[in-house]
Amino acid sequence: MAVEFEVNEREVWDGNYAASQAMRQADVDVMAAYPITPSTPIVENYGAYVANGYVDGEFVMVESEHAAMSACIGASAAGGRVATATSSQGFALMVETLYQASGMRLPIVLNVVNRALASPLNVRGDHADMYLGRDSGWIQFGAFNAQEAYDLALCAFKVAENHAVRLPVMIHQDGFITSHTAQNVYPLSNEDAIKFVGEIVPVDDMLDFSRPVTYGAQTEEDWHFEHKAKQHKALMDSMSIIDDVFAEFKKVSGREYKRVESYDMEDAEVCVIGLGTTVESARVAAKEMRKEGVKAGVVAIRCFRPFPYEEVREALRNCKSIAVTDRSSPGGAMGAFYNEVAAAMMTSQSRPLVTNYIYGLGGRDISIENLKTIFREQKANADAGYITTDIQQFTNLRGPKLGFCKTERN
Amino acid sequence: MAITSIKNLKEFSTNNDRFEGAHTLCPGCAHSMIVRELMNCTDDNLVIASNTGCLEVSTAVYPFTSWDTSWIHIGFENAPSAISGAEAMHKARKKKGTLKDGEAPVKFVAFGGDGSTYDIGFQWLSGAMERGHDFTYICLDNENYANTGGQRSSATPIGAHTSTAQAGTHSYGKKQKKKDIVSIMAAHGAPYVAQLAPNKWKAMAKGFQKALETEGPCFINTVSPCCTEWKFEPKDTIGITDLATDTLMFPMYEIIDGHELNILYRPKNILKVEDYLGAQGRYKHLFKPENKHVIELIQKNIDDDWAMLQRREEARV
Repeated sequence: MAVEFEVNEREVWDGNYAASQAMRQADVDVMAAYPITPSTPIVENYGAYVANGYVDGEFVMVESEHAAMSACIGASAAGGRVATATSSQGFALMVETLYQASGMRLPIVLNVVNRALASPLNVRGDHADMYLGRDSGWIQFGAFNAQEAYDLALCAFKVAENHAVRLPVMIHQDGFITSHTAQNVYPLSNEDAIKFVGEIVPVDDMLDFSRPVTYGAQTEEDWHFEHKAKQHKALMDSMSIIDDVFAEFKKVSGREYKRVESYDMEDAEVCVIGLGTTVESARVAAKEMRKEGVKAGVVAIRCFRPFPYEEVREALRNCKSIAVTDRSSPGGAMGAFYNEVAAAMMTSQSRPLVTNYIYGLGGRDISIENLKTIFREQKANADAGYITTDIQQFTNLRGPKLGFCKTERN
Repeated sequence: MAITSIKNLKEFSTNNDRFEGAHTLCPGCAHSMIVRELMNCTDDNLVIASNTGCLEVSTAVYPFTSWDTSWIHIGFENAPSAISGAEAMHKARKKKGTLKDGEAPVKFVAFGGDGSTYDIGFQWLSGAMERGHDFTYICLDNENYANTGGQRSSATPIGAHTSTAQAGTHSYGKKQKKKDIVSIMAAHGAPYVAQLAPNKWKAMAKGFQKALETEGPCFINTVSPCCTEWKFEPKDTIGITDLATDTLMFPMYEIIDGHELNILYRPKNILKVEDYLGAQGRYKHLFKPENKHVIELIQKNIDDDWAMLQRREEARV
């Protein structure tokens, strides 16, 4: 039995430490990992738990992130609880295996500390890696601070291992801003945490030899489509189970999570919709805008996959102009997040104006003043009844203003 | 089932059906002989991982499977990582008491072709060997990327024609020497590595059993003649393998703990390499007068390698 690791009612943890504590409390059976900045401390912390007897599980330090996820897949198919962590280039190296993990319906939990993708090489936080995973068939949660990185990691196991879901889950947190900033975190007690997560009940267990299983078969045009459709359905259907898990988590922690979070949206005419640490900055900016008489609000996406189209539409129902903030190089299109929100609002009755702001690449700061400018532009759009700027603009970029695409609507 | 209890090949080949015959490997492919031998030589539970390759695409096409045991395939390169994860999970669950039958012995085995072993999966294999997981890796070495239609690999011998190292008016086929994977694996400090051939089925079964019974990461390279790409008749697979072992193109030996080499088969009459080359279409261009030097080079390499193996055996290094 593992040595008891004492946790206080209130701890001062950074996002990485919070995530590693959730792995410890969840009594993970196998953690296979390869370190990469800025998620390295998650792996190191876990290594310290192993070295001091705080965990009973196996710790497999492999030779690359591709091997890390491959070992997680082998371990998960062998019927126990599995978790790992990565960032950026490591995430990119894992991509092949991310699709294989979800295709085999394995409940692996992956902590992703978001960081930009090279080139140019950059270790700071943006969301390029997160969007790279958006079609991989994983559930994607967004944590905006250390507390949420802890809470959502515990919820992730419970969602992934639910037999109606059986899909892997990522929890995203912003590199350095969340991962390396120590904050107050209120953890569950060890007993409450493991009681909440529960015991894993394996499905198609490779170590149950009374019922041999084949993992990773080949399917061509006769069956591949049906498998992928079934997988997509499981992902779409997981929304209600995520809601149930969040409701259960509220009972044990008092903290409430929704797949779409709304702040000051009751009467909002304009809003910023975002992900990650920028959400908290946008909430401050919105409050300041309200002092200027602008009815500003903020919407945040807690669950990027499966994407909550209906809940986004509901949250933005009364909004006239919306700024969708993408912290990733869009690569010759509107931002990935913009496209989701625009798709949701295209099918709404109100059909509000939807604009796209590219910001914060490679860890570039976004200030309250930048966000207030965005709100002011939304107000101008709302008053004019059309998009007064380019649809896509780059925020806080050196040099002349950069924007793309004009609206046809007047 | 102990090897000493096996009386004849018929009994050995029919006593266990964990690898079902209804696969889609080419008629005459040696892969299935090797895999059946592995699965026949133990009664323990087996967890098997396969890299992408001929074996994998021919044995698990939904809704069918040839594997009457736990089996997993992820990608081209990562069976060693998959088996690492499964082996670690077995340890963790045994410790925590969450296995259905915690006492039943389990063996972990990974299969790869030479493409995934020598080339694309080399790093994953090296990592798993270094970490010391308790598993056996078996390379089904048919000396080319057969599953994708016969391209060169770093296991393709000098002079062989492949679709990406072709013989032509300006080329005699592959120019580079075959990578010495057995020595590389022995250099990892593996407790048991061997090179075996399916024509010598008793020695092969014995080697497999040794590997399965040895704790730690073991590696076995097996020659798996490929009638489709080597260009010979499917009925001649074992005959070609006999030529491979009797010309010493494919010597059989084991290395224990990286420094104890034992030769496992000494041909009574060592044949000239022409006998082996001449039996296969992939080498037929070598018999043109302008390519005589290539055959001489191949023979010299064989002689040198055989001398080296004998010196190592004698010196116990």
